[in-house]
Amino acid sequence: MKLTLKIWRQKNASDKGGFATYPVDHVSKDMSFLEMLDVLNEELTEKGEDPVHFDHDCREGICGTCSLVINGKPHGPLQTTTCQLHMRSFEDGQSITIEPWRAKAFPVVKDLVVDRYAFDRIIQAGGYVNINTGGVPDANEIPIPKTIADLAMDAAQCIGCGACVAACKNASAMLFTSAKVSQLALLPQGQVERKTRVEKMVAQMDAEGFGACTNTGACEAECPKGISLTNIARMNREYFSASLTSENV
Amino acid sequence: MSWVTKTLKSTLGRKLIMALTGLFLILFLTGHVAGNLQLFYNDGGEAFNIYAKFMTTNPVVKILSYLTYLSVIGHVIYSIGLSRLNQAARPVGYAVSGSSTNSSAASRNMGILGTIILLFLVGHMYSFWYQMHWGAIPTVTYEGETYKDLYSVVQIAFQQTWMVVLYVIAMGFLAFHLSHGFASAFQTLGWNHAKYSPAIRAVGLVYCIVVPILFAAMPVYIYFNS
Repeated sequence: MKLTLKIWRQKNASDKGGFATYPVDHVSKDMSFLEMLDVLNEELTEKGEDPVHFDHDCREGICGTCSLVINGKPHGPLQTTTCQLHMRSFEDGQSITIEPWRAKAFPVVKDLVVDRYAFDRIIQAGGYVNINTGGVPDANEIPIPKTIADLAMDAAQCIGCGACVAACKNASAMLFTSAKVSQLALLPQGQVERKTRVEKMVAQMDAEGFGACTNTGACEAECPKGISLTNIARMNREYFSASLTSENV
Repeated sequence: MSWVTKTLKSTLGRKLIMALTGLFLILFLTGHVAGNLQLFYNDGGEAFNIYAKFMTTNPVVKILSYLTYLSVIGHVIYSIGLSRLNQAARPVGYAVSGSSTNSSAASRNMGILGTIILLFLVGHMYSFWYQMHWGAIPTVTYEGETYKDLYSVVQIAFQQTWMVVLYVIAMGFLAFHLSHGFASAFQTLGWNHAKYSPAIRAVGLVYCIVVPILFAAMPVYIYFNS
């Protein structure tokens, strides 16, 4: 496959940045998108040019490190992570525009790498339990219906990649935050800090400069883990009821 | 900061205001369209004029109308604040947009649709609401009681082709605004449930089609029947 890549290049956070065009040849349909970029970077390195910086880690679709807005879609045309996207999803001779996640709360570090510590700070604000949960419990030791456990596990699938923020027209982090609020609010272990948690996490989410939710559903449509909008509704319920009934005056 | 202001200043609280004022305006629209169906009576406007007087003098209706003004103002002010916040959240946009593949056009353009509806509303209120309250309009007498003849004002207004066209187009924008707004308000309130959400979406779809069509039918009906 021959491709034309239009990639966002930016030296550092204060650089203005701009697009650079790279023709790539000998791309196999079986390569993952990141392997295709590896090939480009080898060529650039051999030529003595600065390789394109992008985030990646496990390359198994489970860590949430890879990103990239590919032809206007976070993680590209399929509902998966960029590392699990393969070149067979593209046509020979196609032009591909690659951009970083765009959000005030996700400043560009270099090229396609963005700073996603804002998500970590939302988790630090309340996305944890303080009680000792011990080791792996025996089956059915903790009384929780399967349906509820499933909902919590669905929410816990969020890998925190930030595609929801990248897809949202408001760069809103509601889907991420709501998944993290939901996974703990649904489980018995999360009840102790339930009200304080949602209040603190929402406050941190707002402080980071993410936008509000317009319920367009773009986040859900682009989420590689299929996190549902029902989590946002649950977070809203949790937040409004916590506002009315928590001890935090 | 008290817990009330803290809640209402949060993004979620601001969306709550948008949802509650939006739902109240939907309630208002329901009453407005139901009452104005009397324009279709072939009684020379008697029922409509009696209804118009009731709507401007009844104390309960007065309270509801003040709530409606408050909802319009609140909905507009909060939408301006949220739009600014949302725009600030993405200072640098994308060169290529894939938004048409993941969301509806109406949901992405609620601000623009709302602005058009607001401009229409200003003109609409000047034409009828202002005239009814403070304008010099003719009076009629039914069974010894004097009524302002708002019906004749409506008749004259909708004999102008451009007015009829404007109203029909404006109702199109209202339909798109409602097509997202109705279900979205419930989602914001946290009413997303496998048992109820399909019904909410269905009612929202019917509402956003039927109500604007009924509204649009009024000027069209008058235009062709006068």
